[in-house]
Amino acid sequence: MTSHELQKQLNLTVFHQGDDRPVVTGYCCDLLSWVMGKAPADCAWVTVMNNNNVAAVAVLCDAACIILAQGAKPDANLQKRAELEGLNLYGSELDAYPLAIAMGQLLKEA
Amino acid sequence: MQEISLNILDVAQNSVSAKASLIEISVVEDSKAHTLQVMIRDNGCGMTEEQVNSVTDPFYTTRTTRRVGLGIPFFKMASEMTGGFFEIRSKVGEGTCVTASFRTDHIDCMPLGEIEETMYSLITMNTETDFLYTARRDETESVTDTREFRTILEGIPFDTPEVAAFIRNYLKENSPFRN
Repeated sequence: MTSHELQKQLNLTVFHQGDDRPVVTGYCCDLLSWVMGKAPADCAWVTVMNNNNVAAVAVLCDAACIILAQGAKPDANLQKRAELEGLNLYGSELDAYPLAIAMGQLLKEA
Repeated sequence: MQEISLNILDVAQNSVSAKASLIEISVVEDSKAHTLQVMIRDNGCGMTEEQVNSVTDPFYTTRTTRRVGLGIPFFKMASEMTGGFFEIRSKVGEGTCVTASFRTDHIDCMPLGEIEETMYSLITMNTETDFLYTARRDETESVTDTREFRTILEGIPFDTPEVAAFIRNYLKENSPFRN
């Protein structure tokens, strides 16, 4: 499964489409200092946080993509930074739990 | 970094890196107004205006090992998330002052945490640096000034076990936040 495939399969909103890269697992957390130390590399990271720090944490953890859950939209800084860094930044109306279930199915099949 | 005191530790370590000889830290809680104000001021090397503007940007860091720095951005976010404000002022050759205020009645406000342990670590791990720590909760205030300790100790370092134990106790016994 790649980030672009995941985006299409889950019908995610594209805030920014960066490089297509492998997605190994999923990760859900909103406490950024926590994510920074614990998110696995190449994960699809689900969060409702939407500021510039999200981009920084995604870069640090080398996340494959960011998925803003529950209709969260990136603020202007996050949008700009995702474009600058070439991050995959997606959105969904679903909350983290159903999103994780759907993602788990896809990753298992892949 | 789920406690305000850990953020204070992080900012104060920046002051140590900036070669400050004196670091002033104040933590003031007003329980009726539901506010907590934190200030960390140093007399270190300071920053240019450009550096000050970029320091709240996580993609700015003085570190060369990685290109993202999140200490200040997280501290700023933590205070602003509660409806507080964050400010950083600095002048090259004079020093830097970081102020953060928190609304303690906001649901996302992180706890102050073990501020006495934080001060103890700062003092005993940076024995060449002086600290002036003011803690106030409403009417109760305590001041810890390592320059006074230094005069009394006549050269005995702060990390000597007996001295370190005294400092730890002093901070705890005088803390306005512990009872």
